[in-house]
Amino acid sequence: MQRSVYVYILVMAVVTYLIRVLPLTLIRREIKNQTIRSFLFYMPYVTLAVMTFPAILTATATPVSAVAGLAVAGVLAWRNASLFQVACAACAAVFVVEWIVA
Amino acid sequence: MLESHGSWYRKGLHDGIPIGLGYLAVSFTLGIAAQVSGLTAPQATLMSLLNNTSAGEFAALGIIAAGAPYVEMAFTQAVINLRYLLMSCALSQKIAPETPFWQRLLMGYTVTDEIFAISAAVPKRLDPFYCLGAISVAAPGWALGTCLGIVLGNALPGRVVSALSVALYGMFLAVIVPPARKNRVIAGVVVLSMLLSALFAWLPGLCALSSGTRIIILTVLIAGAAALKFPIVEDETHAA
Repeated sequence: MQRSVYVYILVMAVVTYLIRVLPLTLIRREIKNQTIRSFLFYMPYVTLAVMTFPAILTATATPVSAVAGLAVAGVLAWRNASLFQVACAACAAVFVVEWIVA
Repeated sequence: MLESHGSWYRKGLHDGIPIGLGYLAVSFTLGIAAQVSGLTAPQATLMSLLNNTSAGEFAALGIIAAGAPYVEMAFTQAVINLRYLLMSCALSQKIAPETPFWQRLLMGYTVTDEIFAISAAVPKRLDPFYCLGAISVAAPGWALGTCLGIVLGNALPGRVVSALSVALYGMFLAVIVPPARKNRVIAGVVVLSMLLSALFAWLPGLCALSSGTRIIILTVLIAGAAALKFPIVEDETHAA
């Protein structure tokens, strides 16, 4: 059977949208349970930390520049720099290190 | 309401700029892969515009190229993108309970890793218009990058792609580090998460798990343990 690329795209779009939209539309009141509230409180930190490391090490051309980006971003974030500043500084660090190394 | 939807939207636009640039770089690679899989530029651009998800789209390319059943596509996407379900649960508690249904529907389109990150960093209540502002820059960046990847191939210098890709991780750090500095439990949770994540990524056997599965397992384990061991008192939810 010849399958259509557009149907594939439609199927994945619907599935992905449903996953994203269902909790937002179904959970419409404040959850009172303290354990669930605590879980949802800690959840972003775990998810974002897991997504950052070790993935960042392979995001650039060489781990050396990735570590530089990681360090610069870590220090600036520690000093409460804005999201925008941290992102730009990490980019700059990677760019400069790869320019030196290459 | 202290701030109007308009000012939230503009704030989202501003914070969405580094996301859009990072997406442009990452989706460029996606576009190149899409071309290899036999997709046309309109098809790949449409896929990116409707999905906004890196891992899910890369997996989809393989499924399309293999001509696998549609059910398999649905199942794979559900598994790979399951983390959005958790993110969306957290966001449902961050917006006002009286948020209208149509705003919730629109907000569903904006749940990506990066927009979730900046949304989680908003102090106290989140307005859906912040997410809409961010996606207004991010989604075009993602779709345009995919399209350019197909049309131009390897036109961006590798160094520029490298630098822009790291922007997304920089944003994650900007979100998790400041609260970790103020709250020792969060600091412990962040360090433990990174250690276990590295363990899962590098240990033989465990490294066979996809990154999506790893994210969900570790999130449930670590956030669950932290919730049981260090339940938050009400003030904290709004402090961080």
